[in-house]
Amino acid sequence: MAAKKFTWRLVRTDTPAWWMTPLIPLLALIGTFILTAGLILWSKANPFEAYYYLLIDPLTSRSMVLEMLVSATPLLFTGIAVTVAFTTGYFNIGAEGQLYAGAVAAAGLGMVLGGLPPVLALPIMILGGFAAGMLWALIPALLRVKWGVDEVVTTLLSNSIMAYIVSAILNGPWRNPISGWPQSPDIAASAQFFKLIQRSRLHVGFILALATLVALWFLLTRTSFGMKMRAVGMGKLAARFAGINVDRTVLTAALISGGIAGIAGVSEVAGMQYHLIGALSPGYGYTGIIVATLGSLNAWGVGFAALFFGLVNIGAQNVSGALRVPIFLSNIIQATMLMVALGMFLLKRYRIRRS
Amino acid sequence: MDPMSLLANLIAATFRVTTPILLAAIGETYSERAGVLNLGIEGTMFFGALIGFFVADRSGSLWIGLLAAILGGILAGLLMALLTVTLGVNQHVSGLSITLLLTGLSLFAFRLNYGNLPVPPKVEVFPPVTIFKDIPFLGVISEQVLLTYITFLVVIPVAWFLLYRTYFGLMIRSVGENPEAADAAGINVYVIRYAALSIGGALMAVGGAVLSLAIAGSFTDQIISGRGWVAIAIVIFGNWNPVRVMWGALIFGGTFALQLMLQAMGLKLPIPYETFLAMPYVVTIIALVIAGRNASYPAALLKPYRRE
Repeated sequence: MAAKKFTWRLVRTDTPAWWMTPLIPLLALIGTFILTAGLILWSKANPFEAYYYLLIDPLTSRSMVLEMLVSATPLLFTGIAVTVAFTTGYFNIGAEGQLYAGAVAAAGLGMVLGGLPPVLALPIMILGGFAAGMLWALIPALLRVKWGVDEVVTTLLSNSIMAYIVSAILNGPWRNPISGWPQSPDIAASAQFFKLIQRSRLHVGFILALATLVALWFLLTRTSFGMKMRAVGMGKLAARFAGINVDRTVLTAALISGGIAGIAGVSEVAGMQYHLIGALSPGYGYTGIIVATLGSLNAWGVGFAALFFGLVNIGAQNVSGALRVPIFLSNIIQATMLMVALGMFLLKRYRIRRS
Repeated sequence: MDPMSLLANLIAATFRVTTPILLAAIGETYSERAGVLNLGIEGTMFFGALIGFFVADRSGSLWIGLLAAILGGILAGLLMALLTVTLGVNQHVSGLSITLLLTGLSLFAFRLNYGNLPVPPKVEVFPPVTIFKDIPFLGVISEQVLLTYITFLVVIPVAWFLLYRTYFGLMIRSVGENPEAADAAGINVYVIRYAALSIGGALMAVGGAVLSLAIAGSFTDQIISGRGWVAIAIVIFGNWNPVRVMWGALIFGGTFALQLMLQAMGLKLPIPYETFLAMPYVVTIIALVIAGRNASYPAALLKPYRRE
């Protein structure tokens, strides 16, 4: 009897195999390793050794684990902010500017709240930052909802406008009177986020970020508004037919997104710098987009992605110190990982079938 | 200085600072006309500035540096095409990840080759050429690098002619407006988008290289500082038409040059100088609102095309 010949085919599917979900991050990591190994060799280091110092060695040291959480804090906020907007199909590229809006509010409030106990000062700072981020997100959101002006461009441009506003404030009214540096006066001690652990930089902003993450999970999976957001994100027309007020949903999501990005600014001012500087954020708002995408707009995914990026940031410092590989390896790895993962997500749409 | 020579200097400076942004904006125009918003522009300019500088420094030839920047830009455009055209990934995310990648890669390569120097290394910049050497007013204005002349007298007319008067341009515009119809008419949507993104990437990288090879003579981490985002604003302001993009870029360049001049003269203004810098962004947003639904976005912008 002749052996029956099987042929393997790729078939499109809407029900991906269960083992794809854990497999994708693993394959993405391997792919990233292969793609970045050449750069590490170029800096005359052993790629395996470099990845050990990047991803494993930091986890064996208490201080580096704490630093990883410090580094992940702003990324959690911006990742969550972007997730809220993107889920609703509102492409908020403006988290960077909204972060600075929140930071300006925190620096301003922090200077005048000296008389209040922390119990009052901290919530006022956080709410103030939320309101400022929301306000800065309001203009593009209204333009989109009322006149259909594309939010990708307006939010992107509003980042640059905010950067100039911050520069004008720091070179004008808030210029440090003593040093003359473009740096605002320090906020009052009672307005500073307290440290969670002695002799570390880990501050209460991290707990706030985790709470926001849980709130995101609750919003997306347990509330009717979260369901509306996802419905609008999947298709505006269908959502409208289902009786959802699309404009109101988009506007609300855009404002929540801006507010959370604003809290990222509060957390950096009140938890790290204690004053406003122009270089407060090395692009946390933009990295938030990558964190949200890598986390598949899912609360736990975003949490893992932010922690992983925190690890890569700290690990890159470690590699730089140990093997003299330039610290910018972290940006390269984060971007490569995203691109590889995006390619991998496509694999989910296919199954291998025998026919 | 007398007002006439001040004006001449202002106009000369305007052309000088407009050149890199205009090149990038024309690159973005090609990409968006084909239906792809390339937010990798900021990183591609940065990458072009680095490669141009690095190769010019090592080879001793500015032109070889420029050529290397063109090749680097094409590669960046191809990567964007791979992500958005072949894989159909979200365009904003792809573009931003390219910006992150190329910024990191450029800084990585620079640190590896030059270390962490307090004063950045320098190359001798492109010398200016003067056409109207001894004519008073025009003499100052026409003292520009060859690349500025090429940008205004070759790149812009060619872009206009190519997009509106050639079959290739028609194909670019049609895959950006209605890829299904273009496909039905026998146009390979993927190939045209790959081509448009490559041309676009090359122009963006040259824009970056102009900054390092014709203006600064060095490479620093602040060399682009948001010029890519300005270019995106200018493309919309210019309604995706190369000639109007040129006018938009000149308006921006003029404001920027004026602001530089006022600062250099130490003039105290009642408003912060940042107001000038933020103006192009505000004006673009207002222009978008006024144009509203009339803004003639390429209809298929941001939409991946899948051939079923």
